[in-house]
Amino acid sequence: MAQVLVVTSGKGGVGKTTSTAALGAALAQDGAKVVVIDFDVGLRNLDLVLGAERRVVFDLINVINGVAKLSQALIRDKRLENLHLLPASQTRDKDALTEDGVAKVIEELRTKFDWVLCDSPAGIERGATLAMRYADSAIIVTNPEVSSVRDSDRIIGLLDSKTVKAERGERVDKHLLITRYQSSRAARGEMLSVEDVLEILSTPLLGIVPESKEVLRASNMGSPVILSDPKSAPARAYSDAARRLKGEQIPMHVPKEAKSLLNMLFARKAA
Amino acid sequence: MNLIALFRRDSAPVARERLQILLAHERATRGQSDLLSILREEILAVIGRHVSYDPEKVQITMDRGKSVSTLAVDIEIPNGSSRLSAIHA
Repeated sequence: MAQVLVVTSGKGGVGKTTSTAALGAALAQDGAKVVVIDFDVGLRNLDLVLGAERRVVFDLINVINGVAKLSQALIRDKRLENLHLLPASQTRDKDALTEDGVAKVIEELRTKFDWVLCDSPAGIERGATLAMRYADSAIIVTNPEVSSVRDSDRIIGLLDSKTVKAERGERVDKHLLITRYQSSRAARGEMLSVEDVLEILSTPLLGIVPESKEVLRASNMGSPVILSDPKSAPARAYSDAARRLKGEQIPMHVPKEAKSLLNMLFARKAA
Repeated sequence: MNLIALFRRDSAPVARERLQILLAHERATRGQSDLLSILREEILAVIGRHVSYDPEKVQITMDRGKSVSTLAVDIEIPNGSSRLSAIHA
């Protein structure tokens, strides 16, 4: 049974695309057949983060319009043969995304893959609502910061009302993924802690990804962090999160950021 | 620097408190926001034609019950606020 997952957040720049790439890679690495779909029509980036930007021929809108077959638009990852990308269109109008069109594409993908990960655009407009529309479950990517938490709450409201599952009276399973976390700043009271965010959003936690240079390096390289720095803290956080998605019980690990020598020399302890 | 830091209040608890208050409000109005925002706008337009009020001190809530729903409008009007003359218009 295929699982359709939406990776969403409301706010932009919190790490949806990075997380989609990393989780998709982690699931595919374990042998599952995975497709990641970019719903950000006009501002696609999942292709770039996955290093497939020069291989895009057809896109989601082409498939919806019947210009291309699904099999022609899917791009197989060069490193993980189980990982596929369905890119967004860079040029077309986002109104080209239709509800029926998206429904058809998702239905077809359900028959071919174990996991369908929909990378939502920021905002609560058409692209974002269509990305979540057919989801079985959702990953809400949140930064420990006021505007991100507020937008996540808004998105949770939409997941509970505007999805097909919600309209049928069922529940979309929701998972919270906290990204760009800095445990030392949270400990000093400078940043919302994991507990704060969980209490405010009351949504089960899927994982905590630390703020780290490896994530930036991964997108620079066009490779999911799981592959580019497999031993790094964010890679571990993402692979643990992927295993939790599959139902495994993995103890939650609050990652500590690595201190550079310079930071240690200049670190000033708060009294 | 360190001395200032000593007396400065941690900002995370402030963020947490602000969010809790804001989200409680936003969740309460979610779903009914369409009807409620129309009502709010029109009620305030009428009130505003006759008395001045502080927009911060307006509470409009709707409780939906099984057989009856109630609409509560709570507008704080400062004492001595000049009554705008309706005749003027």
